[in-house]
Amino acid sequence: MTKDITNWTASDDCMVESAMRRGASRRELLRMFMAGGVAFAAAGTVLGRAGAALAATPVRGGHLIGASAAGSTADTLDPAKASAQIDYVRISSLYNRLTFLNGKGQIDMELADSIETKDAKTWTIKLKKDVTFHDGKTLDAEDVVFSLQRHLDESVGSKVNAMAKQMTGIKALDASTVEITLAAANADLPTILALHHFMIVARGTTDFSKGNGTGAFVLESFEPGVKSLMKRNDNYFKPNAPYVDSFECFAIPDVTARVNALISGDVHVAASIKPQALRLVEAAGGIDVVRNISGNYTNLNMRLDMAPGDKAAFVEGMKYLLNRELIQKSVVRGLAEIANDQPVSPSDRYYNPEVKPREFDPERAKALFEKAGLLGQSIPVVASDAADYSVEMATVLQQAGSAIGMKLDIQRMPADGYWSKYWLVAPVHFGNINPRPTPDILFSLLYTSDAPWNESKFSDPKFDAMVAEARGTLDEARRKEIYGECQQIVSDRAGTAIPVWLSNVDAKTSKLQGFETNPLGGQMGYTMAEHVWFQA
Amino acid sequence: MNSQVLRLVMGRLGVAAVTLLIVSLVVFGATQMLPGDVAEILLGQAATPEAVAGLRQAMHLDQPALWQYGHWLWGLAQGDLGTSYANNMPVAQLIGGRLVNTLRLAAVTAAIAVPLALTLGITCAMYRGSLYDRVVSAGVIGVISVPEFMIATLAVLIFAVWLKWLPALSLGNDISSIGQMLRAFAMPVITLLCVICAQMIRMTRAAMISVLDSPYVEMALLKGASRPRMVLHHALPNAVGPIVNAVALSLSYLFGGVIIVETVFNYPGVARLMVDSVATRDLPLIQACAMIFCIGYLSLITFADVIAILSNPRLRK
Repeated sequence: MTKDITNWTASDDCMVESAMRRGASRRELLRMFMAGGVAFAAAGTVLGRAGAALAATPVRGGHLIGASAAGSTADTLDPAKASAQIDYVRISSLYNRLTFLNGKGQIDMELADSIETKDAKTWTIKLKKDVTFHDGKTLDAEDVVFSLQRHLDESVGSKVNAMAKQMTGIKALDASTVEITLAAANADLPTILALHHFMIVARGTTDFSKGNGTGAFVLESFEPGVKSLMKRNDNYFKPNAPYVDSFECFAIPDVTARVNALISGDVHVAASIKPQALRLVEAAGGIDVVRNISGNYTNLNMRLDMAPGDKAAFVEGMKYLLNRELIQKSVVRGLAEIANDQPVSPSDRYYNPEVKPREFDPERAKALFEKAGLLGQSIPVVASDAADYSVEMATVLQQAGSAIGMKLDIQRMPADGYWSKYWLVAPVHFGNINPRPTPDILFSLLYTSDAPWNESKFSDPKFDAMVAEARGTLDEARRKEIYGECQQIVSDRAGTAIPVWLSNVDAKTSKLQGFETNPLGGQMGYTMAEHVWFQA
Repeated sequence: MNSQVLRLVMGRLGVAAVTLLIVSLVVFGATQMLPGDVAEILLGQAATPEAVAGLRQAMHLDQPALWQYGHWLWGLAQGDLGTSYANNMPVAQLIGGRLVNTLRLAAVTAAIAVPLALTLGITCAMYRGSLYDRVVSAGVIGVISVPEFMIATLAVLIFAVWLKWLPALSLGNDISSIGQMLRAFAMPVITLLCVICAQMIRMTRAAMISVLDSPYVEMALLKGASRPRMVLHHALPNAVGPIVNAVALSLSYLFGGVIIVETVFNYPGVARLMVDSVATRDLPLIQACAMIFCIGYLSLITFADVIAILSNPRLRK
């Protein structure tokens, strides 16, 4: 029925659906339809269909096959080491976390029954009773202590070692109670524990090849870089879930091959559809596109501690020179939202809508470059395929620059070794940041004076103090106020230009139901296997 | 004659061992020159100096390069291929299943490619200049000029996406019946045939033509030998040397060169394993893959030489 609606594509359907889930008002939805050029009568049918998709009831059975984007022989079942997309998919199916960040960005309890604190420093976690591992062992506090303490051991190679270091005391009070003491107050602990790497494993586990967790699926076979097969965990502690009988997952690194496999029916879900493959997906029948407005972005970093970024006018000029709309429309073909030079995404509950994106204003940029005394000079800009779309963004920037007499020299570097050799190093370069669940993680990872990935070497003691205050306070209103202000400061003064939020797009067969969006990433934050079902 | 072949094979084995040693040294050196090491790659953006140092120590990457090479070589001498850095699994276990897949695909392709190429090459030489010859030659040039990723992607579009006859993926390890094998292998094999047959056909044709032009073949014809007898009995034995070498070279491609086919069809073979392992700087795995490719190549070449010698009375004294 959408065939006769101009300019309306499957991805717009998804936008409406996800907006309805977020609880968008009728007026907001109408604005979306107007933007898409949809008549009121047609809008009714789209709304009806989106509503029907939400109301369907789950059905048991079926064999689910999912194709992720990246995987290699470095594939692992160790939650601490997970790095490729398929690692997240697997560990999310085999293990559970203490808490879970749901589709609305709120915290649900998973293995934890409750998490309580009085001062945001000492936290008491009560565990759910009668949760068993796949090998039959019952979950107790010692398992949680072991799972969390692993991250502190450097020989484990945990990806969240730096984040785990704030947990200075992890101890079991009794069989079902764990107490975590933090080095300093942090109100975000429940969200941090929802990160994939903090999955709970059985105590003493050193060999992770069995995938022995409490999760919705039990591992049948695992071949790194080839595929994994799992079957439904009949003793799963959540009622009814999972709905499918078995789950098979593998990576198809080539996006065209991934889409072809989906269209020909060899897989049910193809993750991370790139803009160039989107038309292929939308032209085929029986396939839905699920678009996740995520916190992933590729940004232009100008180091404030060296030329040319040490001149504030240059940094501001570059922010005005970024044609965000062109990047959104042509570089990523609409699969993005325009961003406002700060890292907290619109799907975050602390997002500050008052911080407006800068308009594309080459004249103003020209005046600023003149003020900085840099107009006419050649400025090297380092880009690479390692940072998604950065080469294309650099080209957009270069062309806008040449129109006003600003010469930008794009230096395209190989993806191999980019993160260790150029990122954080070159004076003007592109970076890429994956979504993080809290503003505190983003700010203390990227913008405070002691941030390990301070991309532009931004430093402001007042900002540091604000981030520290928000971290320690349990008062939601106060946190929202501080984080709002922090977003304004970063947008105004940091040397990071963030043009757009890149959407994550998954494609799935229409038979598959219950597939929603999640702030922690595509494929429902990688937990889709537990939630989806096949339409009878 | 047998002792000569034996001597040749023994000599080749000696040279092969030295070649392998040199290759492993070169591969090791090249791996050392790549930016970043396995600890940095595994930690990715999360590579803080302390975390990298801790992981390096756990993997013995903080030892001198020569020590690492010696350690690997010592393990190899005892028949131990080592343990993958990236996921702590024995290299032999990682390679095992994939090597079987690669060999299976290579065997199926070779079983079709060699007879097909020889038949086409020989018949083209027999009917040189005819319409048949020109059509086949033009076809061969056309096929070899199209890059294989194009052939593979087109095949997927036509047979999997539009016609839905064949699966778009070829997961080599789900095969339990002949029918399944045909379905899984059809497209990868067609693609590979396009790539490797061309060279064999052209070499066979050229070698046969030069022999067919020689006076003794004309003599055979004048003495009344039938055309097939003239070609197969008199001419072919003298053309076998160059043909076998061309076949061996083309087939050696089936070990390491099938990366594109493995990628497009998501076929789990050794070539992709090697690319993966280079991406993660997983030295034991890189070395093991390089050794496999090298051994495959050397044995094919040796085999071709032995056949060439056996077929040529002047070489076998």
